[in-house]
Amino acid sequence: MTGLVTELVSITVDGKTVQVAKGEVLIKAAQEHGTYIPRFCWHERMKPVGMCRMCLVQIEGVRGFPPACTTPVAEGMVVNTLSDDVKNIQDGVLELLLVNHPLDCPVCDRGGECPLQDTTLAFGPGESRFTEEKRHWEKPIAISDLVLLDRERCIQCARCTRFADEIAGDPLITFNERGGHTEIATFPDEPFASYFSGNTVQICPVGALTAKPYRFKARPWDLSAVETSCTTCAVHCRGALESSSNRLVRLLGVDSEPVNQGWLCDKGRYGYDAIHADTRVRHPMVRRDGALVACTWPEALDAAAEGLRNALAAGGASGIAVLGGARGTNEDAYVWARFAKGVLRTDNVDAQLGDGLPADVVLGLAHATIADLDTARGIVVLGVDVKEELPVLYLRARRAAVELGVPLIEISPTATGLAPYAAASLRYAPGEQADVVASFAAALGGAASGDAAADTAAAALAGRAGNVVVIVGRGNLAEHADATVAALAPLAALEDSRFLVALRRANVRGALDLGLAPGFLPGRVSLEAGREWFEETWGAVPDERGLDALGILAAAAKSRISALVLLGADPIADCPDASLAAEGIAGAEFVIAVDTTITDSNRGADVFLPVTTWGEQDGTVTNLEGRVQRVARKVSPDGTAMPDWRIAAELALRLREDFDLATAEEVTDEIARGAPAFAGADSALLRRARDGAVLPLADHADTLVLGPLSIPVTAGSWEPILPGHVDGAVIAAEVEVEVEVEVAIDTADETVEVTLVETVVVVEREVPALHQWSGATPATTRPGRDAYALRLVSSRVLYDGGVTAAATPSFGALIRPAELHVNPQDRDRIGVDDGVAVRVTSARGQLDVPVRADATVPLGTALLTWNLPGASVGTLVDATSAVTDLRVESIR
Amino acid sequence: MSDAVETRLITARLNARPEDSWTIDGALASGAYNAFRQALTMNAEDIGKEQVAASGLRGRGGAGFPAATKWSFLPPDSFPRYLVVNGDEGEPSTFKDRMLVERDPHQLVEGIAIAAYSIGCHQAFVYLRGEFALGYERLMQAIKDAHAKGFLGTNIQDSGFDLEIVVHRGAGAYICGEETALLESLEGERGMPRIRPPFPAIEGLYAKPTVINNVETLSTLPHIITMGGAKYAELGVNKSTGTRLFSVSGHVNRPGNYEVELGITFRDLIYSPELAGGMRGDRPVKFFIPGGASSQWLTGSDEHLDAPLDMDYVQQTFGVMLGSGAVMVYDDTTNPALVAWRLAKFFAHESCGKCTPCREGAGWIEKVLYRISHGDGRPNDLDLLFSVGDSISPGVMNAPFVQTTICPLGPSAVSGVASLHKYFKEEVEAMCTNGHASIPVTAS
Repeated sequence: MTGLVTELVSITVDGKTVQVAKGEVLIKAAQEHGTYIPRFCWHERMKPVGMCRMCLVQIEGVRGFPPACTTPVAEGMVVNTLSDDVKNIQDGVLELLLVNHPLDCPVCDRGGECPLQDTTLAFGPGESRFTEEKRHWEKPIAISDLVLLDRERCIQCARCTRFADEIAGDPLITFNERGGHTEIATFPDEPFASYFSGNTVQICPVGALTAKPYRFKARPWDLSAVETSCTTCAVHCRGALESSSNRLVRLLGVDSEPVNQGWLCDKGRYGYDAIHADTRVRHPMVRRDGALVACTWPEALDAAAEGLRNALAAGGASGIAVLGGARGTNEDAYVWARFAKGVLRTDNVDAQLGDGLPADVVLGLAHATIADLDTARGIVVLGVDVKEELPVLYLRARRAAVELGVPLIEISPTATGLAPYAAASLRYAPGEQADVVASFAAALGGAASGDAAADTAAAALAGRAGNVVVIVGRGNLAEHADATVAALAPLAALEDSRFLVALRRANVRGALDLGLAPGFLPGRVSLEAGREWFEETWGAVPDERGLDALGILAAAAKSRISALVLLGADPIADCPDASLAAEGIAGAEFVIAVDTTITDSNRGADVFLPVTTWGEQDGTVTNLEGRVQRVARKVSPDGTAMPDWRIAAELALRLREDFDLATAEEVTDEIARGAPAFAGADSALLRRARDGAVLPLADHADTLVLGPLSIPVTAGSWEPILPGHVDGAVIAAEVEVEVEVEVAIDTADETVEVTLVETVVVVEREVPALHQWSGATPATTRPGRDAYALRLVSSRVLYDGGVTAAATPSFGALIRPAELHVNPQDRDRIGVDDGVAVRVTSARGQLDVPVRADATVPLGTALLTWNLPGASVGTLVDATSAVTDLRVESIR
Repeated sequence: MSDAVETRLITARLNARPEDSWTIDGALASGAYNAFRQALTMNAEDIGKEQVAASGLRGRGGAGFPAATKWSFLPPDSFPRYLVVNGDEGEPSTFKDRMLVERDPHQLVEGIAIAAYSIGCHQAFVYLRGEFALGYERLMQAIKDAHAKGFLGTNIQDSGFDLEIVVHRGAGAYICGEETALLESLEGERGMPRIRPPFPAIEGLYAKPTVINNVETLSTLPHIITMGGAKYAELGVNKSTGTRLFSVSGHVNRPGNYEVELGITFRDLIYSPELAGGMRGDRPVKFFIPGGASSQWLTGSDEHLDAPLDMDYVQQTFGVMLGSGAVMVYDDTTNPALVAWRLAKFFAHESCGKCTPCREGAGWIEKVLYRISHGDGRPNDLDLLFSVGDSISPGVMNAPFVQTTICPLGPSAVSGVASLHKYFKEEVEAMCTNGHASIPVTAS
């Protein structure tokens, strides 16, 4: 897949001669050819440590018993994994592992899916001769808010400690004591507070590490699983989603090489509780006599359709707006785009809430894939704190920097989670981003920038081949998006720059790709470019370009929007300008909420249409690199919630337009037929594409890997779960897959060998040109500074006050209260101690929040995290101003 | 009766000047650093390739690997490279390096300087057992004084050669005497052996080429330079050349360190009036451990007592090793199971916990030996011990041993079991049946 040519060597394992990649460790090479060598400590994604001694084998010409996990294969190697001596060692190691193991399998979460159990049955002696007292420890002890440790069960394989150290960069657990007393331990008073702690539970080969959310919830044999993508953020890690009795109980990471390499963040792994939250709205509601009351679906849909018809009659298409759509699937986004733009003919549609970057830029940049980070000339992180917003992308970037030697340049107002791994960090004050980036880009282009720090940073990339991969996001919600757009222009102008747009919200990329943005139609085409094409397929498109989210809210505040659809959107919480959001929603005459729960934004809606969510519906989603992958339904929603797309289709029907769409797959196929960038990505292809499909297919056909047809996921698999193991029917080979039959006849042997060769062919169609960003820099003014003011940076953290975190009991203790972080000198100037509340005043609003000195915050800058309990930063921000300046005073 | 005597090279100074052998004045007055000065006039590489190779010097830490060969494994053009001195002497009953560090630290510094010069290293590290408080004090003083006299630092003796020595004190783990665990510990990591390859000569301390030599090995170098490698090789027997320092303990009349020419017999070492001086109360030798606690045992038979101190001979003939040169001698009042238990307890305690067989097996062996030696043995216990030992060191009796663990600590824990099986099977089985040992009550 990486296109690297690997040298092959020939080895013989148990009499079978096979060709394997030179330098591969024996345990993996053997496994790829069907010989399973038992193991506990070896994990494909971590460096071998060779400590469990379960994988000892015999190699001809080598004295003793080398471990297969640390022995690289070599030409002519002859390996025996089945000899009596090897068997004897396997018996011995297993008997010894069980000497101190409590064998409390009946009450252990791992029982039934336990590698120690399985390996003992398959390779062990069957009986123990140990009659002494076993080792005893207090069980279990909490090593973090999410993970519990039972040291009696631990077999000291160091998988968890190596993960924490090598992969997550959080070396907070380690071995303590030695010999028979060896135990996993945290440092005193320092819990295993890692965003990735759940991975240690998944890779633990026994029940030593258990997850608080899953403990005692189910037995593995009662679980069933589907493969899906996590949509907690826009990385879309692959996972196996498991349920019992129509309740989601677990999400396990699936190893997808180009996406998540098996890992999940804790928020994604344990966020499923929100789906079963009591706050879910289970039935449609309409407003009667001032109150929302439950009703039937026909009643609710009729009421919504009537409201829309009235709005059309009153103010035409421009009087209708749709906000949101980033939480749903591609199918949801497409059908809503078709309904809004093709039926209602309004272009006032925006999946973002002024908290992202313009669709023009997001869709039009030259895109990188996540895997491009591994081979980049350099990685530039612009603005966004990748660790907080897209944790598993952070793991990949960290790995590139630490393990693969890719220089990483961090350009941000304050230190982000990647700062420790950055070859250079460039800091800027809000409003001055473009200047710093321009200097850096100039230096990268070979010109002397006049800025020594930028020159040094650029020098870190010197002499390396590959592309410069820029991870860009909206790192500061208190600064106008134009600042980032202006900063991007010189980077986009570089010939070898590629971009990963790090917008966090679930399927924001899919929503934008499918036309939930002003000026765009599905498939990454602009309204102008796609007008003819979509008029042909849909019958109609909007006459002119509409408003973006801030424009819609501003218009609504002035009563120019008669009907507003909140499509899973909570502008009051998520729009940087909370006051504008509140005024806009209040100003809209008729509000339709399409959502899962009641929020501040939709509380006053006229119609509430409850929808299904992740885990309850099939479909596809597009991650931040433009990769389309499937999500799967695992449980049925309580009540009568419907998928978003079906609601759009029902409303269209009520406006006399029949989309004729019966299933999500039919929608997927309509997208593949009609949305230019999605050409060829139909349901049949996606069902077989092991790692999904990066769009447009024509540019990424070489990365398509067609997986096996139908292998179900085994519940609770502890081995890296390989992707493509999805329940599903055999597809008919359509235009995308050509099957060629190769027949080899061996005359000597009189045998005939038939090989099926599958070639992926993307049939190109005459479609509208995909959108490209012009690179036009918005006119930005450099705002003047008041010497007494602090300039506000408001970035997001993983555990915030958002819907998922708030509705997940496990995360309760992880959500920190808001604090204003300022440079110690600024704190001294304010004249209060850490932890004391100060009064923060902007041109827009005022709030009181405790202050804390933080040396990573530059002078003159104040950091106040977005969306934490205790401080509604949105009330301070005026979305129209370039930056947000604060006066910070002690309260007397 | 034997008339064997000591042959003092590395113990010459400390015996000649017991009042000040460790001081710079005492050392200089007895020829310290002359060999280093001489070495500085020689072609650096030739010291290893010619003198040390010709001397036949083998590592004195336990494995007995030829020192010149070890140096020759360094990749030719890879710098920096490091010299690490293994001074973590922790094998029960071994106490020779302690004496060398405490009483002749300048000889060690000189040896380090010669080795470093020869291999082109400018930074040496001494990993010193933490309990060696006096040794640490004296070694630090010696390094300071050597600096002051221009034997360390930059442009040493106007030769253009630079050398600094860092002394790091261990924190009490036996495993850190294993060379790769020592490197881990020196780097600030938990002391656990590394997987080899890569070998330290290729990728050692801080992933740089590294030579690790024992204190006694390095202390011998000045004498090889002074005498000439070929002359040194005339001492000793076969491929066990020169002298070695033996730490004799147990039921002998004169326990202590004796530097003898290799090739004399165990009987010489135990019975010579100039050496260990015979057995306490003239009781017979029941068994003895010839090379430190890790080694398998030998008995008081003539065949064993008359075996020469020749590393290869004892290995090939009896499957035991001279190891670290610690000889523990037991008379007929000793319960061998109790000895095996006490040694097993040490290894179980010191197992680092990395490899399953050693971590769990050493503890199990210790538990079974405890019950045997304390009168609660069961009929099949010796077989059980053998079987558990087989999981750590397949075959148990192999010499050199086979191991399922990364480092030799695991098999070391099995040595006692193998020895019981080999020489005291009936006695131990009788104990398991009778519930008590049949040994004479100590008379003297």
